[in-house]
Amino acid sequence: MKLMILDKSALAPMVNALRADYRVVGPQARGPQFAFDVITDPAQLRLDYNTTILPPKKVLQPQYERLLSFNRREYQVTPIIEATPTVLVGVHTCDLHAFLLLDQAFSREYPDAHYLERRRQTVIISLECLEPCDEYSFCRSMGTLTSDTGYDLHLTDLGTAYAVHVATETGRQILSRYATVREATEADVRQLNEVLSAKWPRFTYRLDFDAAELPALLGAAYDHPLWEELGERCLACGSCTNVCPTCYCFNVFDEVDMQLVAGERWRCWDSCQLDEFARVAGGENFRKARSARQRHRFMRKGKYLYEKFGELGCVGCGRCIRACVAKISILEGFNAIHQSA
Amino acid sequence: MTTSIYTPEMARLVKVETLTALEKLFTIELPGGRSLGHSPGQFVMLSLLGIGEAPISITSSPSRSNGIFELCVRRVGDVTNALHNMQPGDMVGIRGPFGRGFPIEKMRGKDVLFAPGGLGLAPLRSLINQVLDERGSFGRVIILYGARRPQELLFRNELEEWIARPDVECLVTVDRGDETWTGNVGVITTLFPKITINPRNTVAVTCGPPIMYRFVLMEMLSKGIPETQIYLSLERRMKCGVGKCGHCQINHLYCCQDGPVFTYTQIKNVEEAL
Repeated sequence: MKLMILDKSALAPMVNALRADYRVVGPQARGPQFAFDVITDPAQLRLDYNTTILPPKKVLQPQYERLLSFNRREYQVTPIIEATPTVLVGVHTCDLHAFLLLDQAFSREYPDAHYLERRRQTVIISLECLEPCDEYSFCRSMGTLTSDTGYDLHLTDLGTAYAVHVATETGRQILSRYATVREATEADVRQLNEVLSAKWPRFTYRLDFDAAELPALLGAAYDHPLWEELGERCLACGSCTNVCPTCYCFNVFDEVDMQLVAGERWRCWDSCQLDEFARVAGGENFRKARSARQRHRFMRKGKYLYEKFGELGCVGCGRCIRACVAKISILEGFNAIHQSA
Repeated sequence: MTTSIYTPEMARLVKVETLTALEKLFTIELPGGRSLGHSPGQFVMLSLLGIGEAPISITSSPSRSNGIFELCVRRVGDVTNALHNMQPGDMVGIRGPFGRGFPIEKMRGKDVLFAPGGLGLAPLRSLINQVLDERGSFGRVIILYGARRPQELLFRNELEEWIARPDVECLVTVDRGDETWTGNVGVITTLFPKITINPRNTVAVTCGPPIMYRFVLMEMLSKGIPETQIYLSLERRMKCGVGKCGHCQINHLYCCQDGPVFTYTQIKNVEEAL
């Protein structure tokens, strides 16, 4: 892995240069919060953001996307792959880990060309976290406070410059074509190591146990009283799954024009927390109780996805806790299950 | 152009038959008379452009494909109601076949007990006819079929054939009879005492409304059929059919990929299964 130095004053010119050939997406201010969106002016880019309302997942799996167009008169169907060459800047490592899980979900068994083509056309410039976002995140416990994979370039803030780890050939080309950088000196490497070793004590372990125990703990907690308690509080709004970087469940629906001839088939994010999610044609609902739906969410994050992909479904970003009107905390939930185990 | 797993292939309806007030049988031909290549118990995603998509079990047997396959569909939602209004010559979209069907290899040489309830006969008919077309490879063939009312019985002609065949033991019951009905009256479980089986050598297969499974399973188990030899076909909502959309998840299992056919052993401790 090669280390380069990008002066902070060179960031705006780099973003501008990239914008000529790519859609550049990065964190921007949204009132007191932050959101990933298309950068139209380098001044919008806020690499000092703490967290975003929605994860950068929306770049790889948009809230709404077309799957195909059709003509009902001709009985013609044409697949639509919506992908734009994109540079995604400022991805924190929790979200990088989430991408690794999404990659598996969309590439295994039946590869999903819609996701995979967007993934192929997305250059990822990630960002090392040096401070915890807020009181909700628990990335250190989930092992996502750093990552050595999943990005093309990885930035670490050194004060007046960024240390840039060049991880892929794409990353190398991006730097050589669009950025003014210099090779890191021994002093830069020393400073980087200092910055990196200084960050760890700022992040505390918030899970009372090793995250590797989660699948087994949850496996033994199917009838835990926690689910009823959460079910009582849950409003079934779906916020937790909407803001989750590893939730990828979707719904599919058709839109047709006023002549009822031409139309498109869309897919959109869906939520296992909504009442109708597991309802079948005959009317039966296999996850009718909110307690069962919350349990399903916890199980997916801590057990089911791990069993399927070998990666935990929770990266400790804390978004679901921040977003929950009923103050349901997956962190407290995991700890409660551990405590009573 | 890039292909997508979500793009259906357009196929022609060649025949539409009314089976009951709610169910019709649709015979579908793929382009060029190509075989669907399914195994009994699998399903397709059926698309009506502008309406949507729904998972439908394949009711025809691969042994009787001849370039066509059949779907037995109850009108219950948007897609199925629209399908019921379609005519031969109309086109529907097909993706699949998907899912794990019945392990017919494990059934050869064994007695096979089928216990479908209501519309549950649709997926089981695929296997029944496959077994009957290879009749010599199987032991006894026992079919216990229950429906709510006589006019809700599906595939009546075939039922009569099965009843008439000396190498098939077929009993039919209805929950409530009418003035024309002279057969058995009672729920499907009332048929089980009428048969004697060799449980070790019997493979049992069931599919029906959710309410039915527990009672049918109790009968099968009390007859001594091993849990590993009891197969169930389950129904779930599906938006992709290929293990991604999450709708069909039954705890850790995906109905679309791990099923829709499961052994009782597989789902015995899976709370959300039934």
